Amino acid sequence: MSAGEMRRVTAINNGTVIDHVPAGSALTVLRMLGISGDRSSPISLVMNVPSSKHGRKDIIKVEDRELTQDELDRLALIAPKASVAIIRSYSVAEKREVSIGAELVNIASCTFSNCITINPREPQDHRLRVVNSDPLELRCRYCGRPQEMDELIDNLL
Amino acid sequence: MDDDLITMDDMTNEEIVSLLKDAERLLPVAHGLEYLPLLQGKLLANMFFEPSTRTRMSFETAMKRLGGDVVNLGDVNSSSAVKGETLYDTMRMVDGYCDIAALRHPRQGAAQYAADACAIPIMNGGDGAGHHPTQTLLDLFTIQQAHGHLEGLTVALIGDLRYGRTVHSLSHALARFDCNLIFISPAQLAMPVDIVSDLIAAGANITETEDLYGSVPDADVIYMTRIQKERFPDEDEYMKVAGIYKLTAADLSGAKGEMIVMHPLPRLNEISSDVDETRHARYFEQAFNGVVARMALMCRLLGVAIPSGDV
Repeated sequence: MSAGEMRRVTAINNGTVIDHVPAGSALTVLRMLGISGDRSSPISLVMNVPSSKHGRKDIIKVEDRELTQDELDRLALIAPKASVAIIRSYSVAEKREVSIGAELVNIASCTFSNCITINPREPQDHRLRVVNSDPLELRCRYCGRPQEMDELIDNLL
Repeated sequence: MDDDLITMDDMTNEEIVSLLKDAERLLPVAHGLEYLPLLQGKLLANMFFEPSTRTRMSFETAMKRLGGDVVNLGDVNSSSAVKGETLYDTMRMVDGYCDIAALRHPRQGAAQYAADACAIPIMNGGDGAGHHPTQTLLDLFTIQQAHGHLEGLTVALIGDLRYGRTVHSLSHALARFDCNLIFISPAQLAMPVDIVSDLIAAGANITETEDLYGSVPDADVIYMTRIQKERFPDEDEYMKVAGIYKLTAADLSGAKGEMIVMHPLPRLNEISSDVDETRHARYFEQAFNGVVARMALMCRLLGVAIPSGDV
C-alpha cells in the first residue's frame, strides 16, 4: 500500500488490514468473515482505488480485531491474492498469506439444487474440493458438480 | 481400491480388470452350479430410496449366492425417510446393523455422503443423475465377454445422456480404456458439458451426433438407454423427446458381426422386440452379469479372497 493510498483512511492502532481485495468485493469479504456494522470498533473500507498489480482494488481495515488464519483462509474464495497485515501499536506486527487448501470446509454450500447437502438438516460438513487454485475451480465433494463462483457467493455459510 | 465404490474413480484400470476376472470365476456360483459361501455370516443392507428392480435384486442375489444375508430398507414410503429422518441418521443406524450397504437415492452425492457417515463399505447403486458404478462394472464385464478386451472399442451411447447416470459412469470408464465414444441424443438430452470436458481432458475421443442409424456400422457396442420420464421437470418436455430413438432388427443389417446391443433395462420402445432374436442382443445377459459383478465387488470390499482356479 502506497502512502497515497494510506491517506484515504487513517492508520489503525490495532487490528487487521486486508489489501489487494478484488475491486468491488470488500462488502462480500466482510460478509464472509462475519463482520457486521454492529460491532463497536471501526471498520474502514476503501473501494476501487488504483492498484499497480491489479488495476483496481479494495482495502479493508478492521480495528481491534486480529483475524485468525482460519478466517483468512475463507478469503481465498473471492480474494485469493489478498495480503493481510496484523497491526499492533500502529506497526505491522505480522504479515499473513491467504492460502487455499485442498478443500473448503463449511465456507459455502454446494450450489446444485439436487445435491444431498441441500437438506439443511443433514449434519455433515459442507465440503468443496479445490480442483484448481488459479483460476479457482471448486467441486462439491459429494455430488461432484463444478461450482459457479457467482452462485457460490450466495451460498456462503 | 478404496473401502467404498462411489464413482469409477475409486478403482484403477488394473483393479477393474482384476475384478472382472473375479467375476468370470464366479459365473458357476451365480448360475447355482456351485455353492461357494465366501460371505457366510455377512449382512448386506439394501438401502433403495428410489424404485429399483434389477439393481436391488442382483445385489440380494449376489449376497445370497455367496452365503450371506440381506436386509432391505423396504418401501421408502413406509420407512423413516418419510418421517423426515436424515440420510445421515439412517446410515449411522445401518452402519451398526450390517457389514456392507448398497445405496440408491434420488439426491446426487448421497453415496459419498453416506460413505462419510459410515465405517462399513458403501456401494453406490445410483445417486440422482450422478453415478452408477456397479452398473458400469457389469457393463464392462458384458463388453469384455463379447469382445475379449475393452481397449480401443467404438461404443455408441444413445438416448438420455443428460440425466442417465449409467452412461455417465460408463463413459468415464470407457475413456480410461481408450474407447471411441459416440454420444447420440437430442440436443436437450446431450451429455452434460462438464462431463464432456472431463472426458476430453482425460484424452477421450468423442463424437456427438443426433443420428443413431448412421453410427451403426462403426459401432462395436450400441448402448441404448431409456428416456427417463421421472427425471424431467414436466411432462411436456418429456413428450418432446419420448420415443425419439427406436432400434429394430432391420436397422442392424449393416452392423459388424460381433457388435452387441446393450441396455441397462427397463426398456420402453427404444429396442424393438425383434432385436431380441438377433445375435447382437446382449441385454438379458447383461442383466444377469449384474450378479457376478456385484459378487466380485462385495468380496473385494469385504476383503474376502476368491479361490483361484475352478470353483
